[in-house]
Amino acid sequence: MSHISPILLTALIPLFPLAMALTIALLKPAWSRAAAGLALLGLGVSLVLSLYVLNISLHEPLQYGAFTWLQTGPLHIDFGVLLDPLSASMLAMVTFIGFLIFFYSSSYMAEDPDCSRFFCYLSLFAAGMLGLIISNSLLLLFMCWEIVGLASYLLIGFWYQKPAAAAAAKKAFITTRIGDLFLFSGLLWAFKDGGTLLFYNHGAGLLEADPVARLAGLPLPVFGLSTAAAISLLIFGGAVGKSGQFPLHVWLPDAMEGPTPVSALIHAATMVAAGVFLVARTYPLFVADSTALTVVAWIGGFTALLAGLIAIAQNDLKRILAYSTVSQLGMMMMGLGVGGISAGMFHLLSHAFFKALLFLGAGSIIHGCHGEQDIRKLGGVARAMPLTTVCYLCGTFALCALPLGSGYFSKDEILLAAWQHNPGVFWLGAIAAFCTSFYMTRQLCYVFPGAHRSPGHPHESSSRIIAPLVILSLFALAFGGIAKRLGILEYLDPGFKAPEESSLVMMIGLGLALGGVLTGYLIYGLKPLTVDVPDALTRPLGPLYRFLQNRACIDELYDCTVVRLWVELAALTAGVEFALQAATGFVVAGTREISRNLAFNTDRILIDQWSFDGLCKVVRGGGFLSTRGQTGQLQDYLRCIALGAVLLGWLTWWTLARG
Amino acid sequence: MVTLQQYLILSAVLFSIGLLGALTRRHAIIVLVSIEIMLNAANLNFIAFWRFAPHPENLHGVLFTLFSIAVAAAEAAVGLALVIAVYRFNKSPDLEKMNSLHE
Repeated sequence: MSHISPILLTALIPLFPLAMALTIALLKPAWSRAAAGLALLGLGVSLVLSLYVLNISLHEPLQYGAFTWLQTGPLHIDFGVLLDPLSASMLAMVTFIGFLIFFYSSSYMAEDPDCSRFFCYLSLFAAGMLGLIISNSLLLLFMCWEIVGLASYLLIGFWYQKPAAAAAAKKAFITTRIGDLFLFSGLLWAFKDGGTLLFYNHGAGLLEADPVARLAGLPLPVFGLSTAAAISLLIFGGAVGKSGQFPLHVWLPDAMEGPTPVSALIHAATMVAAGVFLVARTYPLFVADSTALTVVAWIGGFTALLAGLIAIAQNDLKRILAYSTVSQLGMMMMGLGVGGISAGMFHLLSHAFFKALLFLGAGSIIHGCHGEQDIRKLGGVARAMPLTTVCYLCGTFALCALPLGSGYFSKDEILLAAWQHNPGVFWLGAIAAFCTSFYMTRQLCYVFPGAHRSPGHPHESSSRIIAPLVILSLFALAFGGIAKRLGILEYLDPGFKAPEESSLVMMIGLGLALGGVLTGYLIYGLKPLTVDVPDALTRPLGPLYRFLQNRACIDELYDCTVVRLWVELAALTAGVEFALQAATGFVVAGTREISRNLAFNTDRILIDQWSFDGLCKVVRGGGFLSTRGQTGQLQDYLRCIALGAVLLGWLTWWTLARG
Repeated sequence: MVTLQQYLILSAVLFSIGLLGALTRRHAIIVLVSIEIMLNAANLNFIAFWRFAPHPENLHGVLFTLFSIAVAAAEAAVGLALVIAVYRFNKSPDLEKMNSLHE
């Protein structure tokens, strides 16, 4: 295998799931086991290849290839494949978690009649995501980005018979499309001023020193920004949409209407991380002008805090995790904004493991509790589902950033960097971390101890569901520490300089995490919870709690601003259309009258009656007359012949007589 | 001495009688007879022209007439057969009823 170029191998990685997606699409829908097997096979091959190229990438940090995709006149648009630590680590993470989730789905979705369709979409998603990771061209990345968005739409709306799922799918698609518009504008601008869309191309790529310096040196007349900052902010706009950052985060919690493995794969572990990945990928552009990074850090910090607060007041098991995801994505953005590629990407990788674990665990709980998702109606799951419970605890442990879990190391990096570069953002992140432990403890107290609070008996899930959980648990616990010890931070960013260790920051982080757990336990853990009694925080927080329960009223805000605006605009355009229609209707009616008259008078009479019908009549009459001579009487014919002969004779005689 | 003109006039009268009969009579057999008269008028012409031609020792006219009579006999046979066939079909020798040609 060594004689095959690593770039070629990298390029092959997304093609296997793509081929499988196409194959599954052609299969009979009833062959769901074959579909699952094919999807697993495709991603399995990708997994092996990814691990292989990760190994290569450890020795050779940056390799890329490019080819011209489109040439029109002097313009040429290039595509390419890129293998660097960023893409290699993402490849390994996505294929690994993806493989586990595919495996989980093969059992979780086995009873669904549309199982084949599900695996087709999943494979398509995997292909898009892997293509996004390896692309060396902003345009190729954008294309895969859209494939991923499409797959996300299809999967959120997988149960399209449910109106909520269909609405959520539409919402996700439209909301992310707003971000994509920014990304596309940034792409066009980068092409206009940067001259290329390739990331790396022997010194001429968009992310290499010279073009970046040129872009950073181009000032804009407005805002005092450099072009580099403007482009990177537009790209960040795309990331905001995809990664559920404020103010475009509204789609992500609703996306939980999709099947749970989808939530785990797409809306927790991989696709939503694509935005973070995009920022990390185009990081040189962001670095060129610190304005963009400051924006990224503040948006990230604010999102982390807001989502963390909202999560406290939610009651849907998956929705809490969704807000948690939004919050953690905010943390990653914050890490990118203050600490560089390493901090953000490290948290992305470790978060992927434990968030996938939590979602799969939640899926197992929901599966075991007959579809119940309201944490107030759950409870007593620990006794009925011990294995799931242990795995879920591992995930929570890592998410809450308790010492030695994965989240501890990665979140610590972010907080440390924030402390040194941007104290304001640091406090946002710190409070968000507190919220994280608090809402996770609340969730645990509701779900696991005590007695089951709804009809039916929860039961442990099958081993094919538990196995991925166990593997992910190991990673959730151990990945952070081991990866950090092995130098993942330096691997991800060769120029990484470890920030000064600060015991104060560590103490604050630890204190907040433990404090959150403790507060949560004191409020929710001491006395048994019931369905009817309102949440313990309802009274002390009062309207604030209701505000958070309504998800900070952001949906309502959008309803009465943006949506309202569109509704008004739609009404306006409907009015305009009505007026236009009336006008055109009038014109049409007038024209019709005129032309009807014309038709009657000229066409019907002149053309039809006189010209055409008249001619026909003449011809027919002539024909009729001419047939009169044909009587069928032999003697009539003979008479004619005789007459002819006489005439002929007379003619002859006359001619001869004249000489 | 009978002159050529007299022969020709007789021939024309015969031909005209035959033609008149063929054109006006409705009985198929009579029409056939009239046609024979016209043929014989033609034969009379052949003979007359041969008799008054510069070289009557060549038997052209006689031979022509012999052929013509043979043809006329054959024609009469065919014609009679046709008339009988038509008579069987129409149950009538009336020519006016034989008007299926115009269809």
